[in-house]
Amino acid sequence: MSAATGHLPRVADERDDRPAGPRPPGFVATVATVLRKELLLELRTLESVPGMALFAVTVFVVFHFALNRNGVNGDEAAGILWVTLLLAALLGINRLFVADAEDGGFDGYLLAPVSRGALLFAKALALLLYLVVLELVAVPAFALLLLEPSLGPALPDLPLILLLGDVGVALVGTLVAALAVQTRARDLLGPLLALPLLVPVVIGGARASAPLLVLAHASGPQPRWPIALGLYDLLFGLIAYAVFDFLLED
Amino acid sequence: MTPSASRADRGGADQIPGQARKTALHAQGRHDRPAPNPYVRGLRPLSLATALAMTLALGMVFFYAPLEAEQGFLQKIFYVHVPLAIVALCGFVLGGLLAIVYLRTRDPRWDMRSYVAIHISLIFAVGTLITGSIWAKGSWGHWWVWSEPTLVSFLIIFLLYATYQPLRFAIEDPERQARYAAVFAITAGAFVPMNYVAVNLSTAYVHPRVFSSTSNLPGSMALTLLVSVVAMALLFTTLCKYELTAKHTRFQLRALRRRLLEEPA
Amino acid sequence: MAALELDGLTRRYGERVALGEVSLSLDTGQTLLVLGPNGAGKTTLLRVLATLLRPHAGAVRVLGSSLPADAWQVRGQIGLLGHEPLLYRELTPAENLRYHARLHGVGEQRAQEVLDAVGMTRRAREPVRTLSRGMVQRVAVARAVLHDPELLLLDEPRANLDPAGAELIEPLIQGAGDPARGGRPRTRVLCSHDPAADLAGADLVLGLRGGRPALLAPPGEVDGRAIAELYR
Repeated sequence: MSAATGHLPRVADERDDRPAGPRPPGFVATVATVLRKELLLELRTLESVPGMALFAVTVFVVFHFALNRNGVNGDEAAGILWVTLLLAALLGINRLFVADAEDGGFDGYLLAPVSRGALLFAKALALLLYLVVLELVAVPAFALLLLEPSLGPALPDLPLILLLGDVGVALVGTLVAALAVQTRARDLLGPLLALPLLVPVVIGGARASAPLLVLAHASGPQPRWPIALGLYDLLFGLIAYAVFDFLLED
Repeated sequence: MTPSASRADRGGADQIPGQARKTALHAQGRHDRPAPNPYVRGLRPLSLATALAMTLALGMVFFYAPLEAEQGFLQKIFYVHVPLAIVALCGFVLGGLLAIVYLRTRDPRWDMRSYVAIHISLIFAVGTLITGSIWAKGSWGHWWVWSEPTLVSFLIIFLLYATYQPLRFAIEDPERQARYAAVFAITAGAFVPMNYVAVNLSTAYVHPRVFSSTSNLPGSMALTLLVSVVAMALLFTTLCKYELTAKHTRFQLRALRRRLLEEPA
Repeated sequence: MAALELDGLTRRYGERVALGEVSLSLDTGQTLLVLGPNGAGKTTLLRVLATLLRPHAGAVRVLGSSLPADAWQVRGQIGLLGHEPLLYRELTPAENLRYHARLHGVGEQRAQEVLDAVGMTRRAREPVRTLSRGMVQRVAVARAVLHDPELLLLDEPRANLDPAGAELIEPLIQGAGDPARGGRPRTRVLCSHDPAADLAGADLVLGLRGGRPALLAPPGEVDGRAIAELYR
């Protein structure tokens, strides 16, 4: 049997006592592994985040021409910001599982002795990170191009509201992405499924942000909106965790 | 011309006419007639009950319920719009519950029931939008108003569930199709109440509600509404049963055809 | 001890039968050779055994655990080499194997070892999409045996490989007496389009036709005519 090149060296000694194979990783370790792989792929290919950021800035320019305005504030500002971020997020959602679908990533993951939920969690975390990076570019761009009042007074509150909204978008986006990626019309179905489901995020996010972006006497958000966003995140987190397994198995 | 017994043994039972055929089929463990359609049971009494309930409801709407002072005769469309809305909402949630049962049992019949519940609810949702729009035009002058939370949340729900069938048809593998549809049905079913609350929150502080709240209705109106809701629910159930019957029959037909095609010559 | 016990395993695709009433028993350390034309259900059978597909009817026990209920118990002990290499094309072989190693709870050093064993040390740091099909196949073999599985499922392992490559991977996909595994025998299920080459190494031969078992016998009882009948 022993061809010289094919001869594998002996595996670690302590494993000889246990009849079963190596120890499978726990939930957190699995999430870390998948997240690492996701970020590695994104850094290598740069196919999601730069596109999302560029798209957002371009849309701001389009809005300037479409509305024929040099500056917006209040409800309008909140609306334009949230809609643009949402549409940019859809681009990221569309690409979330494409590499896995094309390169057999699902099978590779499902063959491992790991929990299915960890894949969902890791992908949602990755999408959340992409959204945060998107906003780090898009919000200053928005302040520069379209926002009339200065961003300063909005500052500690706006990022928090954006984060609350991002969590919801990440959860719904991961679920919808997993649903759409293995169908025929995946690029169309993804946005069609995601947008109605994300309407409450737009409601909560825009209503919460509007008072932060007014010209005079910018005030804090009404508490009901961040609370509503938080509840939405919680509810969708539970739903997603419950149903995700069924999308992966066969 | 009588075929030989050996032909029956080799599975040529289909060519034997008459009583001999039944015996031959039986000997092979097959039966001549498929099992009766379970959905047909109770269909006729249900249809009759529905027809009765709807007649009663209509009668009450036109002759028993009082004419509302502000909006006049047009207000009576409320007795169609609200029951449609209530039954549609319950139907969508029911579709989600049936989908949960499917995922637990993996029995495709539950998937079929979930599909039908959602399908009919979608039709009722369109009805809600149309009747709501007519009412808005009649009493507010516009075909669409953003200040009515029911109308707005139904628009969102309609847009969401309109993707249900495209989603199903975009998946070829039947088992995966049923599974993904079930996931959608559960997610969307849980979303329906969430969405209703969210939209209510967002419109409450913009305009007062156009339509009077259902909680402080005079007795006769409340009773009429109740009867209308019951009638609509019966209609929903009957339509579901009809569609399930039709689907089941088609399914049996396909199964028979498949069996015939797989028969050795 | 039986490594595989199938009793009436059935798997449908809509109304079509992908696998119909497959029953067999395979002991630890034995090799099952699966033959049949394209579309006969060989790949479906492998995927069911790999716990990727659940059986629609019948009983399946793999390494003592019954599927699909206890699939999670055996998942880490099964290795699958299918038609697809299951490698991310934009990552390097080293990165791919490290990822799989972590998912299986195996040390990263092992990833390097298997890469060396398949002769891919030099090209391990270039993206998979730049590699030839033969090289990709070798890395795929490395991925399949990375976690030292008790049950190895192979779907035409020598596809795309030149004779040198085939020779390289041969010791890795063998079942008996691998010193790296402390001499424990490894059970194998092998799908092949080349019965002549693989018949000798098999303990049991299963011939599938239209999803149904048309032939189930030890290799000694299988002659050329039976095989030809299968592919007719």
